[in-house]
Amino acid sequence: MSYIAKPKVSWAGQERNSLGLTLADYEGGLSTLCAGCGHDSITAALVRGFWELGLEPEQVIKLSGIGCSSKTPAYFLSGAHGFNSVHGRMPSVATGAQAARRDLIAVGISGDGDSLSIGFGQFAHAVRRNLNVLYIIENNGVYGLTKGQFSASADPGSKAKKGAANRNQAIDPVATAITLGGSFAARSFSGDKKQLVPLIKAGLMHPGCAVIDVVSPCVTFNDHEGSTKSYAWTRQHLHATVEADYVPPSTEIQVDYDDGAHTDVNLHDGSVLRLKKTDPDYDPSNRAGALDFLEAHRARAEVVTGLLYIDPDLPTFHDIAGTSKQPLTQHEFEDLSPGADALAELQKGLR
Amino acid sequence: MTSGNTRTNDFVLKIATVNGTGSASANGLLMKALFRMGIPVTGKNMFPSNIQGLPTWYEIRASQEGYNARTGRVDVMVAMNAQTYSKDLAEVSHGGYLIYDSTWPRDEQLSRDGVSVLGIPLSKMVNEHFEGSRVRTLMKNIAYVGALCALMEIDREIVRTLLEETFAAKPKLVEPNFKAVTLGYDYAREHFDCPLPVCAGKMDATAGKILIEGNAAAALGCLYAGATVGAWYPITPSTSVMDAFQGFCDKYRKDPETGENRFCIVQAEDELAAAGMVVGAGWAGARAFTPTSGPGISLMSEFIGFAYYTEIPAVFFDIQRVGPSTGMPTRTQQCDVMLAAFASHGDTRHPVLFPSDPKECFELAVSAFDLAERLQTPVFVLSDLDIGMNDWMVDELQWDDAYRPDRGKVLTDADLAEIKHFHRFRDVDGDGIAYRTLPGSDRKGSYFVRGSGHNQYGGYTEDADEYRQVVDRLKLKWESARGLVPGALERKAPSRTDIGIIAFGSSHGATLEALDRLAADGVAVDYLRLRAFPFGDEVEAFLKAHRTVFVLEQNRDAQMRSLLKIELDADPQKLISILHYNGLPVTSEMIIERIGDYIRQEAVA
Ligand SMILES: Cc1ncc(C[n+]2csc(CCOP(=O)(O)OP(=O)(O)O)c2C)c(N)n1
Ligand code: SF4
Ligand SMILES: [Mg+2]
Repeated sequence: MSYIAKPKVSWAGQERNSLGLTLADYEGGLSTLCAGCGHDSITAALVRGFWELGLEPEQVIKLSGIGCSSKTPAYFLSGAHGFNSVHGRMPSVATGAQAARRDLIAVGISGDGDSLSIGFGQFAHAVRRNLNVLYIIENNGVYGLTKGQFSASADPGSKAKKGAANRNQAIDPVATAITLGGSFAARSFSGDKKQLVPLIKAGLMHPGCAVIDVVSPCVTFNDHEGSTKSYAWTRQHLHATVEADYVPPSTEIQVDYDDGAHTDVNLHDGSVLRLKKTDPDYDPSNRAGALDFLEAHRARAEVVTGLLYIDPDLPTFHDIAGTSKQPLTQHEFEDLSPGADALAELQKGLR
Repeated sequence: MTSGNTRTNDFVLKIATVNGTGSASANGLLMKALFRMGIPVTGKNMFPSNIQGLPTWYEIRASQEGYNARTGRVDVMVAMNAQTYSKDLAEVSHGGYLIYDSTWPRDEQLSRDGVSVLGIPLSKMVNEHFEGSRVRTLMKNIAYVGALCALMEIDREIVRTLLEETFAAKPKLVEPNFKAVTLGYDYAREHFDCPLPVCAGKMDATAGKILIEGNAAAALGCLYAGATVGAWYPITPSTSVMDAFQGFCDKYRKDPETGENRFCIVQAEDELAAAGMVVGAGWAGARAFTPTSGPGISLMSEFIGFAYYTEIPAVFFDIQRVGPSTGMPTRTQQCDVMLAAFASHGDTRHPVLFPSDPKECFELAVSAFDLAERLQTPVFVLSDLDIGMNDWMVDELQWDDAYRPDRGKVLTDADLAEIKHFHRFRDVDGDGIAYRTLPGSDRKGSYFVRGSGHNQYGGYTEDADEYRQVVDRLKLKWESARGLVPGALERKAPSRTDIGIIAFGSSHGATLEALDRLAADGVAVDYLRLRAFPFGDEVEAFLKAHRTVFVLEQNRDAQMRSLLKIELDADPQKLISILHYNGLPVTSEMIIERIGDYIRQEAVA
């Protein structure tokens, strides 16, 4: 995509965004994951996405559960507050933090074990509440951190490193998010920055819960033949649908695309999300169509990537809760505590 | 008519009904009428874990001396549930009365020596005057209120005023209701010697008092403390905390212009999530709480330990009910003492506050938020079903407009500008409490919360010394907590004694009454009421100063006694348990008996 491709300055590290910050300003601590782990590529895509959007690091809160994937918030945006919670419970922490500080941009990082097994309930409820969060599932089909057990996203028939075949059905987080009434469901591949970065940006600007399932091979426990979440397998079976291209309202970016091959989606803040259709018939606003499409490709063992479904108008967590625009932590105490006279008045009814 | 003992303003009136028949409003009417007559009252609701159809009882105690505990006595029983007639009859004290609906006469079945049975054809009268089964059921309840007005001299004019207040929005309902009152009243006047020897008389002991449930008072505390985020999953007997908080917020926390909420209540998918939401909100700088009961605390335990180790303020209300497991959801106990004190795996310990009545639910709720933020740790308010769901008469709640929340050690951006480095877990002041920053603050103050091993700088660690440094500091923080939590309160016996009793929470009222009665019989017992864990020096001193110390608690396993033994250098021999755990509130009589027995045995030995 043109807007990633051409850095203004020859040395990418020196390039500055609208805030005058370099990519390095969006990085975090050194990764301790295995060399070549898909999760590290997602981290890099996140750094890029935040940088390109020109968000202040301290405007962001990053949260996670437990797992190799959940360690990654330590590896980007060191200027943002981070929260590595307990296994499968990132969504609830994000809910509380969002309730308190709706002005902050929340990004939640989870794994397939974290979100589809122990935390399946919390994942589901964050989606159905349309919590204001970018929810990334770094999906490798295994429990990396506990050394390679199958997760609930492992496809039937896929083989574990030790040779055992999985015979249980796989949970597809994208299809799940759509059936739960989610407002944004996308899939990408850790090695596909070109697709992933714009999706991350679109997810960050989406008002509600943006779920991105990122297939992210575990090089140590799940990157061998027979595994449907391996680099080789995924690359062969990718089927891209819709590319998302976020256009901030303030800056006009010339994008190279064919007329008629895109759909514009107006976001609540007035910005425009541009969906580039590679599949001319695909309509990401059609819920039933999205599910059909996923199912048809699943039957052909194809991993559908791209923005599969979006409804930017679905009321978000805060719309439903009626929370004040002013973050709850910013109210004066006098506006929260009714005072002695009110208490005396109230107690007249208790006699 | 058998004449019983004469008891003016000193009686227990018990109403036996069927759940879901609308008797609650009739019983509330009786309570309030007595209260407005200036008579100290308490109401105790003994209800089933059921929505409709099972037996339920409501016990009103009037006590001119102001005692609020259960006594084990029933002076007047209104038996409205044929299913429980025999049980209800058996419960009436000698010389007492049983009133029942004699539309279907049961004179044979309902006869017992020493109990006067008064039949009133409530259904018949009501059916003659009202149409519709729903209305008739409701009016039958109001009719027994009328009969009691006559029999027990409860002021009918006050009842009328109360009806007018209740139906202020639907004034048309006042007359029919009052007609039902009159039906019962007239019948009783006509057929019995009114008043009974057990009756009410105007006095002036309720000025400056209110009637309130502990859960409503706790919710008020949250409102006044400035809590903005509440997350919960419904569970009896804690549900009414959030219901009340929602009600208060709707009234006091809506922006008058925009209608926006200055609060956020989330009904979570379960208690694990409720705890996570509270911890997330506390981390982000809001005052956040969750009300629950024992089963909820079990589920929340992982997050409680997390918040302890990552030092995030959070307030947990545990409205205790009978365990183990689902237990008896609508019965009371003090069975989560150990659970709350040490919830979660690893070396964890948490400040626990023990309110003894609704007034303290209000006050300690506010303290809980201050402590949680000052200490950056989860704080428990351990109430119970008896306090939480029953109407108690307490002194009017007071509020000091000068109160400001204690946000503890939070660095602002201006503070950050003045320091070279921010280290989240460094003990700068030597009190074990480190400084924190809130999300959204300058990037210099950013840090990464993790429940895994971390060093004083907030970095990940698996280093032996770095790990120890942090957990040892947490122990030091615990020592600081000891000086900050509300201290235990001592009430000396009228004469010198080396016998003491320790009690807490909802046992307080029964203890006070028992000790007064014992003192009148010449048995002097000093009383220490615990208000918090960790225990202050005064608890140790009390144990040292007494030869024998009874420890009264409402659980089977003597949890508080164990806690005293674990935490203090106390001789276990001198700690004598008084345990009550059948699910009903403890009675003063039971305490008198146990202490009396022990002292008599000791005298013999
Ligand atoms: C309550 C609890 N149970 C079990 C564990 C052990 N555990 C740690 S990570 C993990 C699985 C993580 O899998 P996934 O979310 O897919 O992350 P990945 O490592 O594959 O990125 C498990 C089971 C834990 N930390 N907490
Ligand atoms: S075990 Fe797998 S998931 Fe974990 S860091 Fe290594 S490659 Fe990544
Ligand atoms: Mg995984």
